[in-house]
Amino acid sequence: MADNTTGVPKKEMAKAYEKYAKSFTPKPTYVANCVRAFIAGGLLCILAMFLQNKLMAMGQNEKDAAAIVTIAMICAAQLLTGIGLFDSLTKMAGAGVIVPITGFANSMVAPALEYKKEGLVLGVGGKLFSLAGPVLVYGISSAVAVGILYWLIGGAK
Amino acid sequence: MDYAYAFVIGGLICTIGQILLDTTKLTAPRILVIFVVAGVILQAFHLYQPLVDLAGNGATLPLPGFGYSLAKGAMEGAEKGLLDAVTGAVESTAAGVTAAIVFGYLVAILFNPKSLR
Amino acid sequence: MKNKLGKQTLVFRNKPVITGECAVVGTREGSGPMKEYFDVILDDDTYGEKTWEKAESMMLKNAILTAIRKAGLEKSNIDVMLTGDLLNQLMSSSFTARDVSIPFIGLYGACSTMTQSMLMASVFVDGGFAEHAVCGASSHYCTAERQFRMPLEHGNQRPPSAQWTATASGAAVISRQPCTANNILIPAPKEIFVTYATIGKIIDTGMKDANQMGAAMAPAAVDTILNHFEDTGMTPADYDVILTGDLGYIGKEIALDLFADAGIDSAKLGVRYDDCGTMLYYREKEDVHGGGSGCGCSASIYTGYLFRKMRAGEFKRALIVSTGAMLSTISPFQGESIPGIAHAVTLETS
Repeated sequence: MADNTTGVPKKEMAKAYEKYAKSFTPKPTYVANCVRAFIAGGLLCILAMFLQNKLMAMGQNEKDAAAIVTIAMICAAQLLTGIGLFDSLTKMAGAGVIVPITGFANSMVAPALEYKKEGLVLGVGGKLFSLAGPVLVYGISSAVAVGILYWLIGGAK
Repeated sequence: MDYAYAFVIGGLICTIGQILLDTTKLTAPRILVIFVVAGVILQAFHLYQPLVDLAGNGATLPLPGFGYSLAKGAMEGAEKGLLDAVTGAVESTAAGVTAAIVFGYLVAILFNPKSLR
Repeated sequence: MKNKLGKQTLVFRNKPVITGECAVVGTREGSGPMKEYFDVILDDDTYGEKTWEKAESMMLKNAILTAIRKAGLEKSNIDVMLTGDLLNQLMSSSFTARDVSIPFIGLYGACSTMTQSMLMASVFVDGGFAEHAVCGASSHYCTAERQFRMPLEHGNQRPPSAQWTATASGAAVISRQPCTANNILIPAPKEIFVTYATIGKIIDTGMKDANQMGAAMAPAAVDTILNHFEDTGMTPADYDVILTGDLGYIGKEIALDLFADAGIDSAKLGVRYDDCGTMLYYREKEDVHGGGSGCGCSASIYTGYLFRKMRAGEFKRALIVSTGAMLSTISPFQGESIPGIAHAVTLETS
C-alpha cells in the first residue's frame, strides 16, 4: 500500500509505484504505429514533391514552387482540422501527419476553433498561438541566434 | 528515384517522431519544438543540407525542414550583414507562417469543433 | 461520538432514503453497454446550447429537475442542493443553481463528486438540517478535454492508459422519509437507504502522468474501502455489489492486486466488484483506451444502473466508491504529483 508511514523516501516510492502501475498498462503497438507513421509521412512527402515538380514544370522557379507547396499543405491540413477530419487522421497516422508541417498547421487552428466562444480577439486571435507559439518562438529565436553567430564569425574572417 | 528518397527520408523522420511519442511522455507540441530546433542546429553545422539535396520535399516538409529553412535564411542573411542575419530567418519562411496564421484564422472563424465523429 | 464508527466512517441512524434519481448521458455513453438504464440520452452533445459548458449545465439541470419530479416533489420542497463538476469554479453546478434557485453548496471532489455529494446530502438529512436534499455531479467530454488536456480538433494520439471523460450527469434526491405518493407500481419498488459513509483520505502515489489517472486513484479507493471494512466490521461478503468510481481498466486491475495484497483475494471479492469506468463503454469498439472517467461516469451508473437494480431487488446492499484525481490545470506543469481520493457510501434496500 502506498502511504507515507513506511519510512521509504517519497521519490523512491513514487518510482516504485510508477513501475508497478506500468506493469498493468498495455503497451502501445510500437511497430504498427511506426509503420503507419512511416508510410503516412512518406506518402505526404511524395505528394509534396509531386506538386512541386508539377509547379516547376509549369514554369515556377524552385523557391516559389516550394513556397506554394508549403502553403498548400498548411491550408489543406487546416481545412481538414476545420471539418473535423484531422484528428481522426492523426489517430491512424500518428507522427506521420504530426511531424510534417501539417501538424504545425493543425496545432494553430485547433485551439483557435476551441476558444471561438471566448471571443474573436483573445479567443481566436490569442489561442491561435497557444500550441504553435512555442514552435515559432524556439525556431525563430534559435535561427536568429545562428544567424548572428554566423555574422560574427564571418566578420572575424 | 527522387520520389523513393523523399518517401524513405520523410517516413524515417516521422518514425523518429512516432518513437518519441510512444516511448516518452513528450506531448505533440513539445516534439514539434524539438524537431524545429533540431533542424536549426543541424543546418547551423551544414548537416541538414545534404539530406535536402538527397530527398527534396522528404526533408523539407517535416518540421526539421522548417528549422532548416529558418537557419538557412538566417545564415544567408548573415553573409549580407547583421540586419539581414536577424531578418533572414523569418523572411525565408514568411510564406508558410503567413499562410498558417491567415488561413488558420479563417478556418477558425468558419468552422466549429465537433464532439464525436 | 454516537454517529461515527472508527476513524472515518459515519453512521446514518435515521436512514436517509433516496426518493428520486435521474441519469442524463451523452450520445456515446448512450450507445454503450449501459444504454437501457439511462433516463435521458442526448442526440447531440451540445444539447442545443451554444457552448459545451452550457450543455453540461443543462444536463445537470435536467437530471436534478427530473430527480425532484420522480421524488414527487417541487423545486421549492428541496432544502439544499449539493452538486459539483470538474470545471474551474464549478461552472456547471453554480450556473445550474442560478437557474433553479435552490439553496446551493458547491462541492469539488474531482471524479469522486458523486459519492461526496451523496455523503454530504445524507449528513444534512440525517442531522435534521434538511427534509429533502438533492445531490449530483456532471462532466462533459468537451469541457473537460479543453480544460485539462488538448483542444478537441488537435491531432494527437492518446496513450493506451488515457481515460475518456464521460459526457454524463446524475442526480439523486435524498429525503428524511420515504415518499409513498408515487408507489403505483406493483410490486412496489424497494426503497434505497443510505446507511454508512466513509470519508476518504488523500493518497498520493507520486504518479505524475495525467494519462495514468486510474493508477493514481486506485490506492485511494482501496484505502477507503479497507478502512470502511475495518470501521464497520463488515467484509466484502456483506455486500452484493461493490462499485468503484472511475478507475478504468488499468486502475481496476491495480485495485484487485492491492486487495489481494491486503488479504482480500479476487475469489472473495468475486463477481461483486466492478468499476464504473469499465462499465460505461464497449472497450474495443469505442476507442476509449483506459475506460471512462469524469464525475458523470460514476454518477450516471449509480443513478441509472445501480439504483434501478436495487429498486428491482437484485442487489440488497451496495458499496459505492467514487474516486477522484485532484490535479489542477496547472499542477502537472509545476511538476506536482496527482493526489487521489475516494469516498464510500453504503446503500441498502428495505
